[in-house]
Amino acid sequence: MSSPLRREDVAHVAKLARLTLSDAELDQFTEQLGQVLEHALDMSSLDLENVIATAHPFGLINVVRDDVVRPSLDREAVLAEAPDTQDGRFAVPRIMGEAP
Amino acid sequence: MKTAQRIAHEVQSGLSSASAELERSLAAVRERNGELNVFLHVDHDGATGLAKSIDERVSRGEFVGPLAGVPIALKDNLCQVGIPTTCSSRILEGWHPPYNATVVDRLLSAGAVPVGKTNLDEFAMGSSTENSAFGPTRNPLDPSRVPGGSSGGSAAAVAADMTPISLGSDTGGSIRQPAALCGLVGMKPTYGLVSRYGLIAFASSLDQIGPFAKTVTDAALLLEVIAGHDPMDSTSLPEPSPTLLVHVNDGVAGRRVGLVRELVEGADDDVVDAVQRARVTLEAAGATVVEMSIPEFRLGLSAYYLIAPAEASSNLARFDGVRYGNRVDAEDVTAMMEATRTAGFGAEVKRRIMLGTYALSAGYYDAYYGQALKVRTQMIAAFHRAYQQVDLLLGATTPSVAFKFGSKTDNPMAMYLSDVFTIPSNLAGEPAVSVPFATGEEGLPIGVQLLGPGRSEARLFAAARVLEIADGRP
Repeated sequence: MSSPLRREDVAHVAKLARLTLSDAELDQFTEQLGQVLEHALDMSSLDLENVIATAHPFGLINVVRDDVVRPSLDREAVLAEAPDTQDGRFAVPRIMGEAP
Repeated sequence: MKTAQRIAHEVQSGLSSASAELERSLAAVRERNGELNVFLHVDHDGATGLAKSIDERVSRGEFVGPLAGVPIALKDNLCQVGIPTTCSSRILEGWHPPYNATVVDRLLSAGAVPVGKTNLDEFAMGSSTENSAFGPTRNPLDPSRVPGGSSGGSAAAVAADMTPISLGSDTGGSIRQPAALCGLVGMKPTYGLVSRYGLIAFASSLDQIGPFAKTVTDAALLLEVIAGHDPMDSTSLPEPSPTLLVHVNDGVAGRRVGLVRELVEGADDDVVDAVQRARVTLEAAGATVVEMSIPEFRLGLSAYYLIAPAEASSNLARFDGVRYGNRVDAEDVTAMMEATRTAGFGAEVKRRIMLGTYALSAGYYDAYYGQALKVRTQMIAAFHRAYQQVDLLLGATTPSVAFKFGSKTDNPMAMYLSDVFTIPSNLAGEPAVSVPFATGEEGLPIGVQLLGPGRSEARLFAAARVLEIADGRP
């Protein structure tokens, strides 16, 4: 059976996942991921039409705590491990283009 | 090497000291870490100070705790304040957590002495520790072979007598498989029994922290210390911590055990033979063993390799060069994130992120991720049906003994098949233990796996103990 995955699919997914792939990586990933997806086709032999999906083994229920102020992580300690900070906040390169 | 139980007893009663036990541990690390690449970081000063303070508390007559002075190794995806934590990834190299994982706090309260952080497949994605950005870990029993993975470093630490116990995490077999390959007891507890707070997430609905030890008793002792409700983990079970240690010698008399065809199917002859001998041993100890088939187990691999990457692709989105870890600078924020992730993640992590992103993307969601979630429902129902007939399930942990380096690295699908027997328990959120039983090719250890319903850890340890005794480790 041919791979269900095309090279352009892999390139598109890489963009979504914020990864840059070389041409060689694109070829390799297309083949390797195709093999995994092909293996997954064994699931399509099942009639799962009326089966309910399970995203979590015990079913998640929202857990809330009392709405009281408690100490949180020390801001300086957290920021000390960040790549770049400014005025007590995380700093990033510009997020918008120059004004026209 | 002394057991953890014995070390704790000797330290508490003054027959030994935490400092002496730590020195023995550090000497073993100095001797073999260069060859085996077990520890990525050894907290020499912190552990020395901690051991000294434990010895002072003992001399003042204080009860230190059930792990008094016991050296322990931590998988490097567990956060410990101020200790480099990398997940064996370049993207986190040099990062120091600002908080402790709940398991680390519990270990410290119990008197344990964390020695350092152990190697793993990057972000726990792998079955051989060959995916670490910092080089593979070697199997102490045969350095030409892998220790298994992803918790290969934590397994090797115990197998090489560097520490008597260690912690790993198990998402699809990452404790049980290396335990089998290194000749150790390894357990994946019931989902939610151990808090995941401070465990760097791979696949949140599957991840669970658990123990490695040379003996069933030590594994039970360690799990008892780390288990229990934690308000910091919203998936933490609300019930009180189970009592395990007092039940390890309960045996299996009257237990009904199901030998599952799909949990030995395709395994090497020596592995199948070990499982058959385990069956005979359990029967001799008073259990009734019936053969059964659970066809849903065959679909576990396919479901797992969509669900786990899907969750991983979401969890690992947070590594974008903004809040922690490394950054590759670029002119705008999107380019910076892409450059950071491209440079920071290794090939297997990229593969899984890609696979997960694809499985979740528009047009493919229903066919892949949606279908996998339905298989998960079927898997859970299949376990429930089985437990109406039997109390425990029996099978192999892995299809083969420890394999050679490089033998599966070019073929991800072949590597993924290492997890075929361990995955069902993760999908169902149920506990399973691997216990060394008999040896195979070239005298290498074989792991036999026992699986049980939620919160049946005591029952699993008791059965594992029967096999351990029969295998000559009374």
